[in-house]
Amino acid sequence: RTSIASRYETVYRSTTAQEEAALNVATAQEADAALCPLQDASLGSLTVYVVPETSSVLPQGISVYVGKHRSALVRAGGSLVTLRARLRQLTQVMSFTASSIATALSDRMPDSQLSPDARRHLKSSLGTDTCPSPIPWPRGKPSGSADPKSHDVDWDIEDAVNRYVQPVLDKLSLVANFSVDSQILYYAVLGVTPRFDKETSSFILSAHSLPHVINPVEARLGSSAASLYPVLNFLLYVPERSHSPLYIQDKDGAPVSTNAFHSPRWGGIMVYNVEAPGSPQASLPLHVDVDMVRVMEVFLAQLRLLFGLSREELPPDFLLESPGNEGLADWELDRLLWAHTVENIATVSTTLTSLAQLLDKIGNIVIKDDVASEVYRAVASAQSAMAKLATGHLHSAFQASKEAVTSSERAFFDPSLLHLLYFPDDQKFAIYIPLFLPMAVPILLSLAKIVREARQRKKEPTKMD
Amino acid sequence: FQDQAEQFFRSGHTNNWAVLVCTSRFWFNYRHVANTLSVYMSVKRLVIPDSHIVLMLADDMACNPRNPKPATVFSHKNMELNVYGDDVEVDYRSYEVTVENFLRVLTGRIPPSTPRSKRLLSDDRSNILIYMTGHGGNGFLKFQDSEEITNVELADAFEQMWQKRRYNELLFIIDTCQGASMYERFYSPNIMALASSQVGEDSLSHQPDLGIGVHLMDRYTFYVLEFLEEIHPASQTNMNDLFQVCPKSLCVSTPGHRTDLFQRDPQNVLITDFFGSVRKVEITTETVSLDSDLAGFESK
Repeated sequence: RTSIASRYETVYRSTTAQEEAALNVATAQEADAALCPLQDASLGSLTVYVVPETSSVLPQGISVYVGKHRSALVRAGGSLVTLRARLRQLTQVMSFTASSIATALSDRMPDSQLSPDARRHLKSSLGTDTCPSPIPWPRGKPSGSADPKSHDVDWDIEDAVNRYVQPVLDKLSLVANFSVDSQILYYAVLGVTPRFDKETSSFILSAHSLPHVINPVEARLGSSAASLYPVLNFLLYVPERSHSPLYIQDKDGAPVSTNAFHSPRWGGIMVYNVEAPGSPQASLPLHVDVDMVRVMEVFLAQLRLLFGLSREELPPDFLLESPGNEGLADWELDRLLWAHTVENIATVSTTLTSLAQLLDKIGNIVIKDDVASEVYRAVASAQSAMAKLATGHLHSAFQASKEAVTSSERAFFDPSLLHLLYFPDDQKFAIYIPLFLPMAVPILLSLAKIVREARQRKKEPTKMD
Repeated sequence: FQDQAEQFFRSGHTNNWAVLVCTSRFWFNYRHVANTLSVYMSVKRLVIPDSHIVLMLADDMACNPRNPKPATVFSHKNMELNVYGDDVEVDYRSYEVTVENFLRVLTGRIPPSTPRSKRLLSDDRSNILIYMTGHGGNGFLKFQDSEEITNVELADAFEQMWQKRRYNELLFIIDTCQGASMYERFYSPNIMALASSQVGEDSLSHQPDLGIGVHLMDRYTFYVLEFLEEIHPASQTNMNDLFQVCPKSLCVSTPGHRTDLFQRDPQNVLITDFFGSVRKVEITTETVSLDSDLAGFESK
């Protein structure tokens, strides 16, 4: 039975002079930036500054401000009880809640208890690769697709990836390694014919036709042929002139502001409409310079969702600072790590239990030495991860849990552990009896004869003359 | 509330895989290859991509020296439908189709040098369709005329898959003689099984073609395919209809099915949950706000 107990260790102290100075600025953002170098910024830790009720650093009506790093500002107000409740809620938001841990353990829990969020994000997976370097995880794959007769699309993807995507991936590099490829696909087919809407004189893709868009495109992406690891595809679709402009409508028929949708565990698609040329005589193909910032805003949002970084509903007096170009705040990374560490440890325990059951069942399976050593390593790492998790050392706990999962997967998926050895007893008899019975008959008869003669010789006294 | 109720009945899968296995060799077992290729074509039509299909054919009928129409495999007499078109990707061919390789594909215990197209890279949100055809008996299925896989081994392989959460739901279809014996021993959750005949019955073939000289299809698969012709990616047809396919009057054998291990009611299981690849999508409503003026190259 799986159960989790959590504990928060709190240390109270008064502010230092430097911190006072940092808090004495006009806006919360500046305070956050100034306080950052003064903190103990280790993974898993949080610093909360309680400011007086009258302080102006927090905007009006906001009593909790969560920064980009690992700190928050809370306005003291009302009684200690309300303050404590607020602090508790804050710490849960910034680290983990019962439901986020339940999500991590989702395959051990009955389906009905899960929120839809739980199914959306990528599970941490290490595949069956046995390469000794840190295990690569998802490959981001932005793709553009267009009709070259009418649009000459120019997208500076390399620059955009370096500027906007790479910082996010660098931050997530603790969790896994990523590689990014991009491609341009010409003459890609949507698979669904968009409907023409006379009122807005545009083409509409309704919400229920979206699921059918992905598959015809995916067959041509070729991304999955290249890699053994999960691939996240981000596709920017420039509709052909005959279907421009193309808008996505949600279930209620309202247009979607981002003009994009995503699919859990797969990636996202965004439709990029190109301005129609002023005069019909404009020469084709039109040169299109894709506005990468707009595109990246959507792609990064989709990336966040696919990683499980969704924002929960918070009371109106909470203000969460947007992480901006970094893509995710430090405390969001912490949230991911808490959940992933728990998930890894749970995976290790299931894998090793299942392996033990398999070995119990097939008595005559051969365990190679390296498989055995992987199992020992997995157990040791998992125990160390659990110990470190209990003391709150998130970074080392996560590393240990990652090692544990790698070792346990290597042990479980070792090609030598294939049990083809099901020999039911009746088959054993059926095979061996026809072989041995005919041979056994003369042997047994001769043995019987020898025994009989030996006994007779003993009985008869030797004739003596 | 309507939304929540819908979600409760819908499957929780995000991707689809298919493992299609033909286990018999030799020219007179043409129909088994035609069976498998026809299911392959249907599954591709319902848009499961080749990268998610593991196709195992134990013998090459299209380029068999005895094939009077080379490079074709017909599934309907009078050569109406060539299922070996331009677009067939066979992953395990000829002597590579062995019990060992099949079990390796299912359990994932594959040597590291295996190319990606030969692997079943499913995860805990994959719905897998497994179709097997060939010659079988009570409790076993014959591979290549030289070895067998027993129902116990198959059940154990599925259990190994479940332990590692390599599937969300699994649909197992088998078209052999005494096919129902193969699913008798399953004990892992979320498996639904269909077979073309009960224990003690033989599954029969459908049409001989005088031009090619062999039987082209088996009855059960023929009627299943007729049923699948009506299905398109947006169909709402459910599994109960598939259970009715090929009654005894048409099939001569009695098809069977097993749903006790399956959590959802077959009424709520769409055919496209297994045969098609309908993705779950969500509209993206959030964006991240980016500052385009920042010099991104000086990232930390």
